[in-house]
Amino acid sequence: MTNLTDLGIAAIRDGFRKGDFSARDVASAFNDAVAAAKPLNAFIVETPDHALAAADQADKDRAAGALKPLSGVPIGMKDLFATKGVQTTAASHMLEGFKPEYESTVSAKLWTAGAGMLGKLNLDQFAMGSSNETSYFGNVISPWRRNDGGNAPLAPGGSSGGSSSAIAARLCPAATGTDTGGSIRQPAAFTGISGIKPTYGRCSRWGIVAFASSLDQAGPMARDVRDCAIMLENMAGFDAKDSTSLDLAVPNWEAALSSDLKGKRVGIPKEYRVDGMPAEIDALWEQGIAWLKDAGAEIVEVSLPHTKYALPAYYIIAPAEASSNLARYDGVRYGLRDLPDGANLQDMYAATRAAGFGAEVKRRILIGTYVLSAGFYDAYYTQAQKVRTLIARDFDLAWEKCDLLLTPTAPSAAFGLGEKSDDPLAMYLNDVFTVPTSLAGLPAMSVPGGLDAQGLPLGLQIIGKALDEQSVLNASLAIEERAGFTARADKWW
Amino acid sequence: MSVDHATVRKIASLARIAVTDEQAEAMVPELNNILGWIEQLGEVDTSAVQPMTAVIPNHLRLRDDAVTDGDVRDAVLKNAPQAEHGFFAVPKVIE
Repeated sequence: MTNLTDLGIAAIRDGFRKGDFSARDVASAFNDAVAAAKPLNAFIVETPDHALAAADQADKDRAAGALKPLSGVPIGMKDLFATKGVQTTAASHMLEGFKPEYESTVSAKLWTAGAGMLGKLNLDQFAMGSSNETSYFGNVISPWRRNDGGNAPLAPGGSSGGSSSAIAARLCPAATGTDTGGSIRQPAAFTGISGIKPTYGRCSRWGIVAFASSLDQAGPMARDVRDCAIMLENMAGFDAKDSTSLDLAVPNWEAALSSDLKGKRVGIPKEYRVDGMPAEIDALWEQGIAWLKDAGAEIVEVSLPHTKYALPAYYIIAPAEASSNLARYDGVRYGLRDLPDGANLQDMYAATRAAGFGAEVKRRILIGTYVLSAGFYDAYYTQAQKVRTLIARDFDLAWEKCDLLLTPTAPSAAFGLGEKSDDPLAMYLNDVFTVPTSLAGLPAMSVPGGLDAQGLPLGLQIIGKALDEQSVLNASLAIEERAGFTARADKWW
Repeated sequence: MSVDHATVRKIASLARIAVTDEQAEAMVPELNNILGWIEQLGEVDTSAVQPMTAVIPNHLRLRDDAVTDGDVRDAVLKNAPQAEHGFFAVPKVIE
């Protein structure tokens, strides 16, 4: 019999419908895989009972002929989504023990579609990081290792590092992620899986622990493009509880998948050829161009002249929004309270926030507080929002020449844990190719393209026009079919 | 622009994060490193540019001015570090 944990979302859904296996068999197989993978530290909380309950319901629904879109499919949930009665921490000490009294819109949609939850996935604290080294609950380890025999633990990327590690290790067939500056795409690239950040506003932010509200966007991570399309259909949709939610119908992305790119023009932004980029990434990019040509696309060179200013603009805007969003953690309404002897209310706030937030979170709150403070607001924050307008305009001008953009996802393969964590700037630079898209709110996807000389996965990124997730998925599918990426990490955990 | 020890302490105080002198001292070069890097935005000519307000054109929806939620006091208080008599409790603020 097939190893059920080797199956993706479509294969589980279809096999379950055909009667090849029961939903309980699938949930049990993944529950066992999760329980046996503690060394990866991908989960903060395991919820085998949730997965089994959904599976039992799916088995009943199948018998009754009342199948739902994700009946029989268990998934992982990034621990940034509020889940009713299940601890939701954002990987922070601040929210340790917090059990929401409500369910996030995205997770509720997935449960309504019949999915079950295997557990809450680890992440960078408050989704701030690119290596999953800022979690209060410990580093997530990538299942991948370099082929040098050294066994150095590698970063699964961040912030959705629990999601990427768990999918790559076959602990769950798919998971939710969130992307503020690359937090779905960079971890997908680091672990040889796929992930799409849809257009800003496609997925409701209601019930997602807020980091930077004008950038935060949920999306799926899975092993292939089709599985991402299926997941996204069941995550997206209008929600009156999110004022930036787009009141648009959810397209049937899966049904319209096509890797025929005839008539599509794909732009290659010259500013993404950054200094010091490894030759292997450049070579993969060239390979990606050849694949898209082979699929029928026309390749054109385009210019996004403000690209180099995207990262500095992001590191003003995101911390500014974070400093405001995270003001809610005050030790009064929920989460941690630290009340030193004889402390007054102000002391309690300061002590609680000193004890509850990790170093990177504090660093960003302080940067954000500074750039928003009187006398500096215009020089930093207003200037950054103006540069953001220019970055979005760069994309608008590029769309006059092309329909999609192709770039590498990240400037390197996965790095070792600890290699960059002492230097915040070096860490920030990891998001150089993903941040501009986030600032412009555009859909973008990472798909695996191949392995580097060390045996580690490298990803390619497809960026599309606002609301054109379909073309992004289709071009990604064209790459997927031609890359034939089947490599997986050898099990060591 | 760069920050010194006193500025770091002031920002931390505004952000309601307690810091020791040693911690503040350590943050000075760290924050200056980041601020020095983001300063390059100053070289972009933005004189004719409006600041971004919405990445995807959207309109703000209106709804009837009516109660849509509520009557869930116990759920609201459920995760409070300290709740008494149906209220959030905090240290005494008036002597």
